[in-house]
Amino acid sequence: MANLTLVQAINLALTQEMEADSRVILLGEDVGKNGGVFRVTEGLQARFGADRVVDTPLAESGIMGSAIGLAMGGLRPVPEIQFEGFLGPAYDQLTNHAARYRTRSRGAVTIPMTVRVPVGGGIHAPELHSDSPEAIYAHTPGLKVVMPSTPYDAKGMLISAIRDPDPVIYFEPKRIYRAFREEVPEDEYTVPIGKAKIVEEGTDLTVISWGATVLQCIEAMDNLPEDLSIELIDMRTIYPIDVDTIVESVSKTGRCVIVHEAPRTCGFGAELATLIQEHCFLHLEAPVQRVAGFDTVMPYYKLELDYLPDAKRIAAGVMECAAY
Amino acid sequence: MSMTTTDPGVNRPSAALADDILLGWLRKMLLIREFEIRTMAAYQQAKIGGFCHIYNGQEAVVTGTFAAINDDDPIITAYRDHGHALARGMDPRHCMAEMYGRVSGCAKGKGGSMHMFDKPNWLFGGHGIVGAQTPVGAGLAFGAKYTHEVLKRGPKKVCLCFLGDGAINQGAFHEAMNLAGLFSIPVIYIIENNGYSMGTAIHRGTTMHDKLYKKAEANAIEPIEIDGMDVLNVYDKFKPYADMLREEQRPGFVDLKTYRYQGHSMSDPQKYRTKEEVGEYQDRDPINSLAHHVLSQRECLTEDEFKALQKEVKAQVKEAVAFAEADPAPDPEAELYSDVYANPQPNLSPIRDYVEGAKNPLL
Ligand SMILES: Cc1ncc(C[n+]2csc(CCOP(=O)(O)OP(=O)(O)O)c2C)c(N)n1
Ligand SMILES: [Mg+2]
Repeated sequence: MANLTLVQAINLALTQEMEADSRVILLGEDVGKNGGVFRVTEGLQARFGADRVVDTPLAESGIMGSAIGLAMGGLRPVPEIQFEGFLGPAYDQLTNHAARYRTRSRGAVTIPMTVRVPVGGGIHAPELHSDSPEAIYAHTPGLKVVMPSTPYDAKGMLISAIRDPDPVIYFEPKRIYRAFREEVPEDEYTVPIGKAKIVEEGTDLTVISWGATVLQCIEAMDNLPEDLSIELIDMRTIYPIDVDTIVESVSKTGRCVIVHEAPRTCGFGAELATLIQEHCFLHLEAPVQRVAGFDTVMPYYKLELDYLPDAKRIAAGVMECAAY
Repeated sequence: MSMTTTDPGVNRPSAALADDILLGWLRKMLLIREFEIRTMAAYQQAKIGGFCHIYNGQEAVVTGTFAAINDDDPIITAYRDHGHALARGMDPRHCMAEMYGRVSGCAKGKGGSMHMFDKPNWLFGGHGIVGAQTPVGAGLAFGAKYTHEVLKRGPKKVCLCFLGDGAINQGAFHEAMNLAGLFSIPVIYIIENNGYSMGTAIHRGTTMHDKLYKKAEANAIEPIEIDGMDVLNVYDKFKPYADMLREEQRPGFVDLKTYRYQGHSMSDPQKYRTKEEVGEYQDRDPINSLAHHVLSQRECLTEDEFKALQKEVKAQVKEAVAFAEADPAPDPEAELYSDVYANPQPNLSPIRDYVEGAKNPLL
């Protein structure tokens, strides 16, 4: 066991998967010599060589497209896109191609690729460096989308993603890259894709979140009345959706608040709220609440904290739902 | 190392310019340098957020090329854009306030360091997505040509579209060059070739790195190479080239060799280069070169006047910082929901209606 940050846990998972499987190769802008913008791939080129940790030109479409080709050819590429906003130039390759080859070839051609992408706000960066586009990719059949929020899950889910037979977008909440440490086993282990985690058990109200806002939810819970028993769920995987865990929880509590950074309209919370009313209608005692980013372009710096759901807004949403 | 590349025998357009014009360039470059020094200090004190890309070393690029075009020629650039904004005439107070994320910033503190817009001065923004501005620059030039030739309004224009050497490798740029070449669009792509794309030296990321002009030729664009460490040289080479492209209404490509003294952004350990390499370029510093020229060759400035000029610029930037610090942050009630759409109307957002925010100080 070692006490690791999220960044270190990801680095460890990459190291171990590269040790174990020579088909795993990394590629991206400055991932090698420089160790990546957030230093996630630090030391890997020195260890595995420039053939397996490839510094690419500044060209996301080229990175994504060639990673797809590598995967088609039997390798296990792990491309890095430096920030979620730079998925833009790679969007065609990712959604029109990576996501669809399996269907298009009726299963003959598959894309076992893991796209690593730092995501979300809270680091004082401007738009394109602070957005939360998970719903866009969850809305793309053929892609899996995950977003771990703890070092333990980060390691186990990255290993699952690399071994997965289909393309996985592995979003890394950059705000909590180094926010805290956690015991992470030295040995390889997997955390399954498609399985949410109950962070805290409770009976009165379910709070569902993912990524960096899980921490804001925990903070919010510290300031709520003690007799309000909250069940906190970390989705961990956005798609495929763990419907069972949600339905079981909300059927028990009858109340649910969904928290995410992305703009509220058509955010992933909208899908969850729909699933809840489809499956838990007779158990619901209040409308499902969403505490989310606003329907506006991710604002810069001074307004960033007004945009992001914080413990105060989450607590207010919870109290409103509890009082309904 | 010689401080100037003046060779008196050759026809130099800059030789015909009045002293005041060269002194204006010197002032501009001093202003940009001083602005960046203050910016770095403010960043280190965490008064500026996000990412911050410093222009030190590259001042001759914007100063020399802007001097060769008209005030109403459109300009578009990448995220290393403070120098472009200042050289185009943005008030340093609004530029600094933008960095600080304050409401009197050029984009009301909504764009930040990477997104400097100054529409009255025909500056159509910095761009945070590398290469994104290159097809847009073609569109600006296309529009200007259409306005002139089809609508019979306005003069012949060129659009200057700046990009870094790393940005050359974005697919968008190749689409844009082909379009510009095919339709003979008067966009001039200026590669600010500082040799690095973040931590990647140009030869590690780019084919034919010492013959970039071939990429332009492949798209029927007639290119030139210019040493960008000397503003007189930039002007002398660029002026006739831009005049020709304007007259003939066709695209251009300049491999403009320059250097950035600072790291890529403010958080760059710079493991990819040596101090000696930086020193070699600093020995050819564009501000020193021009100062030397006006002090010792043209002799249109005395040492005392030079000191006074430096003092004046320092005071101006200091005042810009004080302005930014005193300026209020945007009011979340008004500014979180403003400027997303025109004509606010109900139900665009189920949370809150979009509103008209504060007036942009540069409009
Ligand atoms: C599409 C996209 N990919 C990656 C980045 C991250 N990034 C910002 S600047 C940069 C290097 C650009 O180098 P260059 O074009 O040479 O410009 P310079 O920084 O030297 O001015 C990179 C990789 C980005 N902003 N946008
Ligand atoms: Mg460069």
